[in-house]
Amino acid sequence: MEGFNEFAFVLGGVNHWITIFLIMAGFYIIVSRSNMIKKLVGLSIFQTSVYLLYVSPGKIIGGTAPIIVEGNPEQLYSNPLPHVLILTAIVVGVATLALGLALVVRINEAYGSIEEDEIYGEDWD
Amino acid sequence: MEFLINLVLLLFLAAVTFAVIGVRNLFAVVILGGAYSFLMATLLIAMDAVDVGMTEAAVGAGVSTVLLLSALHLTNTEEAAARHSNVLPLALSLLTGAALIYGTWGLPDYGMADTAVNTYVGQQYLERSIPETTVPNVVTSVLASYRGYDTLGETTVIFTAGIGVLMLLRGRRPRKDKETSTGGDAT
Repeated sequence: MEGFNEFAFVLGGVNHWITIFLIMAGFYIIVSRSNMIKKLVGLSIFQTSVYLLYVSPGKIIGGTAPIIVEGNPEQLYSNPLPHVLILTAIVVGVATLALGLALVVRINEAYGSIEEDEIYGEDWD
Repeated sequence: MEFLINLVLLLFLAAVTFAVIGVRNLFAVVILGGAYSFLMATLLIAMDAVDVGMTEAAVGAGVSTVLLLSALHLTNTEEAAARHSNVLPLALSLLTGAALIYGTWGLPDYGMADTAVNTYVGQQYLERSIPETTVPNVVTSVLASYRGYDTLGETTVIFTAGIGVLMLLRGRRPRKDKETSTGGDAT
């Protein structure tokens, strides 16, 4: 049992560390790339990784999905609250993505480019 | 076994993210983004978040990919080469990442039932859902019943975004100088 606990600690750590890597990779794409569609893909990677950060602490080992099974009071269930919050976040995420893409399409019509560098150059000339 | 599945899916996610950073063709980036969402949906189902997993597969891997592909159709599919160095963004994300990883030392172990997250509100919802709402799926009862106003707010956000997209794209006209070469879909 002791070994199992150690293992759970390391796995929990790895879980969080890879999640943090994904979040930071999304952030890196947003900041470093000049292409706006790539920026938006980076933004959605950032958003999607945050879901993991929420859902992962709600998971209970030996538990199951929070759908109540009648006649089995001993059954463990994972925490439903993070799931509800993230359901809302997913839908809001796609709404912001759609709005961002509409802006990119308009910017492309106005400037003929979706590269931030070229657009700034055009404005300064 | 559960641990192994989680670990493999997480490593796949990291690999896809590396590919997204490296690839310059935007069509490939969008498809990789869809693969990322689908892997994420699988991982969420492995963590018992079945409702979230299904929504992510439908909305993240489906609708988002369609939206991105439509935007690509209306713009450009090739990313220009970088003009400035990426040292500052890289340093910034490494620094923030290091601070966040330092923060994980204070978090409770993975999968434990007695953590603060899993004891108070979530447990109450699990106990009260059947007696108070008779809905066996607790996520549904919290979403539609206990936190109904939250969902109303969410619908307002989608409505506002929809109006915004409609107003931005209404009366669109392709640029005159590009129209001859692409034969664009003038409205």
